[in-house]
Amino acid sequence: MSDESEKTYLFDKPKNIERLLKWFYGACILLVVADFIFHRHIGFGWEEVPAFYAIYGFVACVVLAVIAKKIRKVVMRKENYYDE
Amino acid sequence: MSELPPFVLFFIAALLVAVTRGTVRQVILLATPLIAGLHLWFNIDAGVVVTHSIMSYELTAMRADKLGLLFAYLFCIASFIASIFSLHLKDTKQHVAGVMYAGSAVGAVLAGDLITLFIFWELLAVSSVFLIWARGSERAFKAGMRYLLFQVLSGLLLLAGALVYYHDTGSLAFGHIGLDMGVAGWLIFIAFGIKAAFPFLHGWLVDGYPEATVTGMVFLSAFSTKVAVYALARGFAGEDILVYIGVTMACFPIFYAAIENDLRKVLAYCLINQLGFMVTGIGIGTALALNGVVAHVFSHVIYKGLLLMAMGAVLYRAGSINSSDLGGLYKSMPKTAVLGIVGALAIGFPLFAGFISKSMVMSALMYGDYGYLWLLMLFASAGVFHLAGIKVPYFAFFAHDSGIRTEEAPRNMLIAMSISAALCLFIGMQPQYLYALLPWEMEYWPYDVTHVLAQLQLLFFSALAFVWLNKKGFYPLGLPSVNLDMEWLYRKLLPVGVRRAMLFLRSAKESALSAVTAPVQGIQSVFFQSSVAKYYLSESWPTGSMVFWISVILAAYLLLGIFG
Repeated sequence: MSDESEKTYLFDKPKNIERLLKWFYGACILLVVADFIFHRHIGFGWEEVPAFYAIYGFVACVVLAVIAKKIRKVVMRKENYYDE
Repeated sequence: MSELPPFVLFFIAALLVAVTRGTVRQVILLATPLIAGLHLWFNIDAGVVVTHSIMSYELTAMRADKLGLLFAYLFCIASFIASIFSLHLKDTKQHVAGVMYAGSAVGAVLAGDLITLFIFWELLAVSSVFLIWARGSERAFKAGMRYLLFQVLSGLLLLAGALVYYHDTGSLAFGHIGLDMGVAGWLIFIAFGIKAAFPFLHGWLVDGYPEATVTGMVFLSAFSTKVAVYALARGFAGEDILVYIGVTMACFPIFYAAIENDLRKVLAYCLINQLGFMVTGIGIGTALALNGVVAHVFSHVIYKGLLLMAMGAVLYRAGSINSSDLGGLYKSMPKTAVLGIVGALAIGFPLFAGFISKSMVMSALMYGDYGYLWLLMLFASAGVFHLAGIKVPYFAFFAHDSGIRTEEAPRNMLIAMSISAALCLFIGMQPQYLYALLPWEMEYWPYDVTHVLAQLQLLFFSALAFVWLNKKGFYPLGLPSVNLDMEWLYRKLLPVGVRRAMLFLRSAKESALSAVTAPVQGIQSVFFQSSVAKYYLSESWPTGSMVFWISVILAAYLLLGIFG
């Protein structure tokens, strides 16, 4: 396949990735700003923390990745582990 | 007409599928769920009951109510979509199994008594295992056997529970059972729990499903576990223990999903996570929670089916589904990529199916004042989007270019995925139609500023964490490996334990034998040294000479007997 002169795809250009990420970061910032403009109903006390859901979502996923990496040390085996 | 239970249509169709080929078979495959669905919609109203007497037992082959009917509609839709997705196949076994499987699921959710439920429960097991075996490899065969073992065990527990229940109450009717029933309650609860993939009982799902065929896993994801959710909702609504089981189910699989390499297995773990939301809702037991469960089953079957179809198409075209082999497939499969992303967004984004149903369970948790459990479920929400929603499409379609250049998915697959994607959007944007079908009365509308803003923040920042971890190079990348889970118990511990036990027994046998034979040999050597050993008959004891002398003696007796 490599000998064919391949066409350039959307994300082959780093500029397009940067542009996408910029829009994405922009949306994240807007969502935090929106938290100060609109009033959210509060069910639990901790929801009163500004941008609670944003912080929680971010921290949750980082914690998830960190713990998953730790778990991997315990449970990961070679691909043919069960065939041996 | 309203007397005809719709599963009959599926079973007749399965026979016809077995004896037809080509276009005729394709027409039957597509027409069956459509006709059964229309029959359900127009002819069978809530309240229809069909009973038969067999051996003095009154069996209820069909008992239609809003709860059962909604599941039956869903199964017809899921079966229709999965049939389109598998239309290119020439494999009779898989087609027959698919139709039987869908029919058994429809039969199970309309079954009015525990024995009828048991029959469909086992039919689900037996028909579905062929979707794993059809893969054709030895690995798939073994995985299928393990899968079948758990399913049949679940059925046996259900049967035992049903008999004890009949003994205790004098009735076989399948209504609310509850754990207060004692032995019967627990037996049935565990039977349902195995099929619903409760923690520690979930090994069969993550072990079996990813070994199924490309199309088989789409069928598998739709029926068995959802029948179990239905059965729990009918039999054990409001049991507090289910809240804790459900939260555990929602939380622990996402860690495995984060390190798993096989992307269909990632989705299998995420499936357990979503079952966790349903089981939690059943445990809460309020009208809002139970409606949330039913609505979420509806959304989930459709969007999880869509994700699995997209990954199935990748496996079909690229020949692998391991994230370590894939990447950059949006270049050759752009339509599959877009449809897969719709499935990913449907996990929880506003305007998509998952949002309008999962938020009901979350709200029910909040109204029930389950503070910390609510926090854990929020963690599970963010986590599952991070994995099924971002990790799966990202590593399959984007990430680094793996160099794989293949074709777009076959047309029938694209059509099936498009229908699912359209349904995801329709349910998400017009939830009132689904809400109108829900079994319990409630006042709920998901679209308000609080819900939308909170959910968007959660999901965008879950995605932001993905971007950040990836940029830092900290994200756990897919590695060719297996991760030990419950199946380790019976795939490693049990065989190794048995082998060790056999070795131990063999050495014990040998030492016991030598303990007996050593003194015997000692006696013999003493005997040979003695003077008696010199005597002619003692020199050697060939069996032949013994037999010879015995024959001589017997012959002498015979002669004496005749002539004496």
